[in-house]
Amino acid sequence: MDAALLPLAPLVVVAGTTVVLILLDLLPPRTSKVHLGVVALVGIVATLVSALFLWGRAGRAFSGVVVLDNFALFFDVVICYAVALVLLLSLDYLRRNGMERGEYYILVLFATLGMLLMAHAADLIVIFLALELMSLSLYVLAGFFQARLTAAESAMKYFLLGAFATGFFVYGIALIYGAAGTTALDRVGAALGSATRDPLLLIGLGLLLVGFGFKISSVPFHMWAPDVYEGAPTSVAALIATGSKAAGFAGLLRVLLSTFRGAQPDWTALLWVLAVLTMTVGNVVAIAQSNLKRMLAYSSIAHVGYMLVGVVAGGPLGAGGVLFYLLVYSFATAGAFGVILLLERGRQEAVNQDDYGGLAARHPVLALTLALFLLSLIGMPPTAGFAGKFYLFGAAVRSGYIWLAVIAVLNSAVAAYYYLRVIVYMYMRDQEGVPTEPAPSFAGRLALGIALWGVFQLGLMPAPVLDLAQAAVAPLLR
Amino acid sequence: MELVTFFGVAILAVASALGLVLRRNPIHGALFLVVNLGCVAVLYLLLGAEFLALAQIIIYAGAIMVLFVFAIMVLIPGKEETGPDPLRPQRLLAVPLGAVLLLEAVLVLRSHVVGGGSSRFPGHQPGSPLAAVPPAVRPGGIESVGRLLLGDYLFAFEVTSVLLLAALVGVLTLAKRKAE
Repeated sequence: MDAALLPLAPLVVVAGTTVVLILLDLLPPRTSKVHLGVVALVGIVATLVSALFLWGRAGRAFSGVVVLDNFALFFDVVICYAVALVLLLSLDYLRRNGMERGEYYILVLFATLGMLLMAHAADLIVIFLALELMSLSLYVLAGFFQARLTAAESAMKYFLLGAFATGFFVYGIALIYGAAGTTALDRVGAALGSATRDPLLLIGLGLLLVGFGFKISSVPFHMWAPDVYEGAPTSVAALIATGSKAAGFAGLLRVLLSTFRGAQPDWTALLWVLAVLTMTVGNVVAIAQSNLKRMLAYSSIAHVGYMLVGVVAGGPLGAGGVLFYLLVYSFATAGAFGVILLLERGRQEAVNQDDYGGLAARHPVLALTLALFLLSLIGMPPTAGFAGKFYLFGAAVRSGYIWLAVIAVLNSAVAAYYYLRVIVYMYMRDQEGVPTEPAPSFAGRLALGIALWGVFQLGLMPAPVLDLAQAAVAPLLR
Repeated sequence: MELVTFFGVAILAVASALGLVLRRNPIHGALFLVVNLGCVAVLYLLLGAEFLALAQIIIYAGAIMVLFVFAIMVLIPGKEETGPDPLRPQRLLAVPLGAVLLLEAVLVLRSHVVGGGSSRFPGHQPGSPLAAVPPAVRPGGIESVGRLLLGDYLFAFEVTSVLLLAALVGVLTLAKRKAE
C-alpha cells in the first residue's frame, strides 16, 4: 500500500468490504444472506488485524484531516470487537425474526466505517461527516424490524432527536470556525492557546458537547436511549450501546484533551455536573424498569456517567481509564444483550424480568453467563468491571475529585440492586406458563464465549491492556 | 451601504424563518423557506462567496424547494381551489415581465459569449476590475471553491460520497418494506 494511504488502512478495509457486500447482495441466493454476514465478519477481523499490526505507528493523510495514532488504533480495536460480536449475534437472529436481508450487514458496515472514521478524524468537518455516516446507518437499522410498531417509534425518535443534535453540532463547528478561522483540530488548539477566554470558542465547544452528549447519551441528552433500545433489533441496540458510544467518546476525548486543553477548567466544571447527573439519573431510573432492554439502556447511561468521571479526572490515568473501561463495558454490555437476543418465550423475545424466572434450573450455563455479565456491570471482582471502575475512580481520587469518586461509588451500590434482581429471578424464582428457551445458534454462543473471555481476561490481567490504553492517550496529552 | 444591506437581509431572513415555523399552511411555510434561502444567498454574496450564493439559489431555492412543494402537494391534499382566481389581474403582468427577463438574458449572453469570447468566465474578462486579481487568491470564486474541494477538503469530499451511498442503501431498505 502507498505509504501516504497507510494511516487509512483500517478504514480502507472496512470500506472495501462494504462495497463487496453491496455487490454480493445482488447475487443469488436470495433467500439466505448468512454468507454476507460471514464476509462482513471476515472484513471486520481483517480490520482488527490491520489495527493491531499498525500499533505504534503514527502518520497523517489528506492534508492532515485523517490521523493515525495509538489513540485511534485503540478505538479501532474496541469498535471492531463490538461490531464482530454484533455480527456473530445477528447471523441467526435475523433469520429467526424473518428479516434476513443483505442491507442489514451493509448498513452495519457503513456504521462501522463512520465509527472508525470518528476515531481517526483530525478535522471538525471530518468528525461531522463520520458522525453522520454512523448515525444515518443506525437510524435505518433501529427501524429494521418493520413489523413491530415499536421499531417505527424507535427509528423515528432516534432520527428526529439525532438530527436536532446534529444541528447543535454543526452550529458549534461554525462558531469555532468563526473564532479560529480553521476546522483542523490542531490549528483550532493553537488559536485557542492565544485566546483562551474567547466566548465564541467556548460557546462553540458547548454546542459540540451537546452533539457528543447525544451520541454517548449523557443526561440531559439521554431521553432517546430507552425507547430506541427497546424498539430496535436487540443486535442493533447492542451496536448503539457499544460501538457508537465508543465512537462518541473517541471524538469527545480528542476534541477535549488535545484541542481544548487550554480551556480545561471550563469544561471540567461542566463535565463534573454532567457526570453526576448522568450516573445518578441512569441508575435511579433503571431500578424502575422491568423490561431488560430498557434496564440495560439506563444502565448504559449510568456507565457513561462513570466514564465521564474519568474524563474529568483527566491525565493519562483518567483518560486511559476511560479507554480501558470502554473495552470492558463493551464486552459486558454486548454479552448481556447477546443473552437476551438468544432467549425466546413463545416466539417472542424474552425481554421481561418474568421471562427469566427459573432460567438457572433449566439452562444453567446460559443463566451463569448472563449473571457473569451483570456482575461485571456491577463491578464485582474478579470480572473486568471491577478493574475498570477501580482505575476510573482511582484516577478521580488522585486528581483530587474525592466527592466525585464518592458519588460514583455510591451509584455503583445503587446499580447493584437492579442487576442482582435479574440474577435473583434466574436463580430463586420459578416460571409459570410457557418456558423461556434459547435459540440453537452456534454463532451466538461463540459471541457470548468471546465476550466472556474478554470479561475475565481484562478482569484477571488488566495491567497489559491498561498500559496500552495509557500509551494510547499519550499522543493527545503531549 | 453594506451594513444597511446586511441588516435588511438579516431581518428578512429571521422574519421568514419565523414565518416558516409559525404558519400552519405547509405551502406558506415552503414559500417562506424560499425567501429565507434567498436571504442566505444574499448574505453569501456580501461575504464575497459568489459561487456559494449561486449554488444556494440554484440547488436549494430552486431544485430542493421544487421537490418540497411537490411533496407537500402530493402528500397533503389541501382544499381544492374553487371560484375565480382573486389574483387574476396579476396574470396580465406576467407577459411583459417575462419579455423583460428574456430580453435581459439575451443581452447578458450577447455581451459575454459573443462579445467577450476570450474568457469563458464572466468574472475574468480582460478589462473587468476582477481580472487584475489572480483567480487562486480571490476567495469565494469558483476556482477557490474547487481548489478547496479537491485540495484541503478532498477527503471530506470523498467521505461525503460514501455518506450518500449509505443514505441510498438506507432509503432502499426503508422503501422496500412498503412494497412487501
